[in-house]
Amino acid sequence: MRRSMMFVPGNNPGMLLNADVYGADSLILDLEDAVAPGEKDAARVLVRNALRTFDYGSAEVIIRINPLGTSYIEDDIRAVVPLKPALIMPTKVAGAMDIHAVSAMILAAERENGLPEGSVGLIPLLETALGIENAYQIATADPRVKAIFLGAEDLSSDLQAIRSKENHEILYARGRVVMAARAAGVDCYDTPFTDVNDDEGLAQDAAFARAIGFTGKAVISPRHVPAVNEAFSPSDKDIAYAREVMAVIEEGERMGRGAVSLRGKMIDKPIVDRARRVLEAAEALGLGGYEHE
Amino acid sequence: MNKLIGGLKQAMDACKLRDGMTLSFHHHLRNGDQVLNQVLAEAAALGVKGLTIQASSLFDVHAPLIDHIKSGVVTGIETNYMSGGIGRAISEGVLAQPVRFRSHGGRPDAIDTGRVHIDIAFVAAPAADARGNANGVAGPAACGSLGYAMSDARHAERVVIVTDHLEPYPLMPASIGEEDVDYVVQVDSIGDPKGIVSGTTRITRDPVGLTIARYAAQVIEHSGLLKPGFSFQTGAGGASLAVTQYLKPIMKRLGVTGSFGLGGITGYLVDMLEEGYFESLMDVQCFDLRAVQSIRDNPRHQEVSATRYASPSAKSAAVNSLDVVVLGATEIDTGFNVNVHTDSNGVIMGGSGGHSDTAAGAKLSMIVAPLFRARLPIVVDKVLCVTTPGDTVDVLVTQRGVAVNPARPELRDSLKQGGLPVFDIEELKNMAERVTGKPALVRPQGRVVAEVEYRDQRIIDRIHSINS
Repeated sequence: MRRSMMFVPGNNPGMLLNADVYGADSLILDLEDAVAPGEKDAARVLVRNALRTFDYGSAEVIIRINPLGTSYIEDDIRAVVPLKPALIMPTKVAGAMDIHAVSAMILAAERENGLPEGSVGLIPLLETALGIENAYQIATADPRVKAIFLGAEDLSSDLQAIRSKENHEILYARGRVVMAARAAGVDCYDTPFTDVNDDEGLAQDAAFARAIGFTGKAVISPRHVPAVNEAFSPSDKDIAYAREVMAVIEEGERMGRGAVSLRGKMIDKPIVDRARRVLEAAEALGLGGYEHE
Repeated sequence: MNKLIGGLKQAMDACKLRDGMTLSFHHHLRNGDQVLNQVLAEAAALGVKGLTIQASSLFDVHAPLIDHIKSGVVTGIETNYMSGGIGRAISEGVLAQPVRFRSHGGRPDAIDTGRVHIDIAFVAAPAADARGNANGVAGPAACGSLGYAMSDARHAERVVIVTDHLEPYPLMPASIGEEDVDYVVQVDSIGDPKGIVSGTTRITRDPVGLTIARYAAQVIEHSGLLKPGFSFQTGAGGASLAVTQYLKPIMKRLGVTGSFGLGGITGYLVDMLEEGYFESLMDVQCFDLRAVQSIRDNPRHQEVSATRYASPSAKSAAVNSLDVVVLGATEIDTGFNVNVHTDSNGVIMGGSGGHSDTAAGAKLSMIVAPLFRARLPIVVDKVLCVTTPGDTVDVLVTQRGVAVNPARPELRDSLKQGGLPVFDIEELKNMAERVTGKPALVRPQGRVVAEVEYRDQRIIDRIHSINS
């Protein structure tokens, strides 16, 4: 389960040291925007040593690398692939060609390090108008792509939009990213909420992202992790309902009934699929009485 | 009867101050206190030597004390806490006779039972009348509660109220009553309000501290103690304060209204009182201006003496009715002994205050601390100084998990069932050492510069000079 993805500056030892204690499902160790040009090489070394030294336990490691067209990307990929992160996050991805280019560099690094080809997955960051328009092509460009991630800050600038807490200016982009990801059969992640002190705004924003289909959401502050995890976890009510659905379905099958209903409402396949996903998520998260493994 | 006297010198003459006497002071004015310095300067000018300072706490504002030690004016110190500046001088060996450390409960016990004899108590009073009624809630140096001064005023041979704010008789309320007071001295200023209270105390923004606080609140939730009538104390440190922030929604969800908040009181506990999370506050010391206002205006927020707060010889003391206390530590060892007297180099930088009293009294005493500070693990094999014995400490909460005292297996089970990451304390220590390595042991080897008197009067540890 990847509900929350927390950004961790790759050049900050204190943050790297405690990165896994806040309960984020994924850690995005950042070599890109959080790191000044003069510190790119130091951050690569620090991230490498952090991954060799610290045990991040159940938290999944994603490494965000610098964009194509910069002088950093080749060194980034060479440094990062041997660390075997769960995913690499290429940035400012504009189309399928970018994925092909990054994938080729990764393939070379995999061969160099004796790693199985295709073992390193990708979660491209879509943060330009072109990237959003090409979201489906990006999501289907390569089997390495496991998810796509919307970045609203750079996107808003590219759109010449006015950035707002209400997020009206990224409504289309959010819909587009979810649509493309679901059509391609990959996960999709929402842009972080940037006001560290607005807990209510965060909860609303995360609930909205969950409602329109995002798999999870990035966070820029450890303080945002619990609220995002909660928004993207099934509620006790969801779990109870899903169990009822599965019970009437089993009952219907046993009785040989084609169609079943629960409290007067027809239970059709989409409802069963949703119930199954809720229960899978609950089990993975140890919620609703499921034992955490 | 007018007890006003011309000045500190006249009061000293009237009290027949002489060599070898014990003078007492309270620390409600904290790092803004000017009274201790004024009194010692006057005593030094009179040529008095060999004084013992019996102070509930000492802060860096009292640095002139070090010169009075060097000149022989002061030859003894008994206190419950001293901040780093004074502590370093003591650790370097400036005072020939070891400092006697007590706790906030042990000190009034020693005074009330006569083990400590005070010749003259100089009681800094933010407001007073000419017959010696005094309180802490009015005047320019208002500090709220005067809880730590009460035993001194009751039992000292002579009691001098030192104030910069006189009000007409009778001053109400009176924390110190005229029946105990010999003289009243008016001075220009008893303290700098900026140093008395920090204005507002603040919850930490450090994500590690917040994570620790979140776990601490969960420990309380699953301890079985969070029931109607719940009582609670927390320190004013950033992470301890943050526990209140995480406790509130849990109390709300469970519909629990607490009975009382105790101790040093901050604005956060005042908020909890006003929002109905607690029925009352028992306040031995105010930590910020919100608390000062509240103790003045809210009848549900009351001053308690240090005796009533924590004395082991009181017929009953509030700490013994306490459900949960959240405390800090500079070090904790695998036997759950806690050090808040020295830093990791063995240099004095604190003291028990109410640490050992509340740990002994509360049903659940919890230490909150990061697993490592800078590059040092918080869990060690043996603390450099035992402030609070391990058999009174129940749980250690760090950002990477909690450890439960093996004497509390039932607590360990319920915390595990509550989904908390529970480890053996050795596991937490190993976890830290995997990152930091095992630091070389630093243990000062010089002569004894301080003795730690536990609340049962045992000397439970001795602190050695860093100069051998």
